[in-house]
Amino acid sequence: MISLAHFIVLGTILFCISVAGIFLNRKNVIVLLMAIELMLLAVNMNFVAFSRYLGDPAGQVFVFFILTVAAAESAIGLAILVVLFRNRATINVAEIDSMKG
Amino acid sequence: MTQQILFYFFAGVLVASALAVITLKNSVHAALSLVLTFFTAASIWILMEAEFLGLVLIVVYVGAVMVLFLFVVMMLDIKPESMREGFIRFLPVGVIVAVVMLVEMLSLIGLKSLHAVPLPENPAIAAGGNTAWLGKALFTQFLLPFEIAALILTVALIAAVTLTLRKRSGVRTQKPSQQVLVQREDRLRVVKMASEGPTTGPTNGDGA
Repeated sequence: MISLAHFIVLGTILFCISVAGIFLNRKNVIVLLMAIELMLLAVNMNFVAFSRYLGDPAGQVFVFFILTVAAAESAIGLAILVVLFRNRATINVAEIDSMKG
Repeated sequence: MTQQILFYFFAGVLVASALAVITLKNSVHAALSLVLTFFTAASIWILMEAEFLGLVLIVVYVGAVMVLFLFVVMMLDIKPESMREGFIRFLPVGVIVAVVMLVEMLSLIGLKSLHAVPLPENPAIAAGGNTAWLGKALFTQFLLPFEIAALILTVALIAAVTLTLRKRSGVRTQKPSQQVLVQREDRLRVVKMASEGPTTGPTNGDGA
């Protein structure tokens, strides 16, 4: 029988893979955004598992809101990316240093 | 037993496709692997009897967000070679951080105690299915957050349009708003002048 531990471990593995992805692809903004989406998926996996385990709909409603905010975030992120590419003709993170922070 | 086999199969596909997302050289291939990742995650959620969220994940992520990603990846001209600088250099650091984090998390959550308890009976079955169960909570207890979520989506829509909108110069386009506002006086001028007598000699044609 599948227990809660299966889903929690799966979410943990997914989260760690996406953290490694942020380290490995630090030049490519698009893959960074994809790694963030993967992280949100890992967190959602935990929410769904605990909601099912506790029999409480609040966890799944929360996943619903996370999906909403993530969709808005990726839409705005990609819009910023398009404007950035139009102005600088690159999406390499290393070359986006005009603010000299 | 069948459930367990299915779970391990889906989990294997999920981890493999997530690894493909972060290691593939081509961004288009990475986006396509992310589609597989989301689809497999939706399958796992459906296996967990969270049917509504599984289907929403497919519709919203595979159907909308990933298409947007693919659209942007294909629209921008990205050279894959220049994006790979530092991949080998940061590989040890990334793997070490990820493995250490995994070990820490697994030791924190206490696998043994969690593994002993199987998932309880699903309360959604008594409430008439997962969607009804979720909908009842969403439209009573979480009504205000639900409306705020709608507001957030509207703001995101307007923000994405205003960010990417640009005025092009040197392009001749129709301006319907100005066309319908035009008055007779703007276009037509009545000129009063004295009549002329018969002309002598050849005319240019554009006279009168």
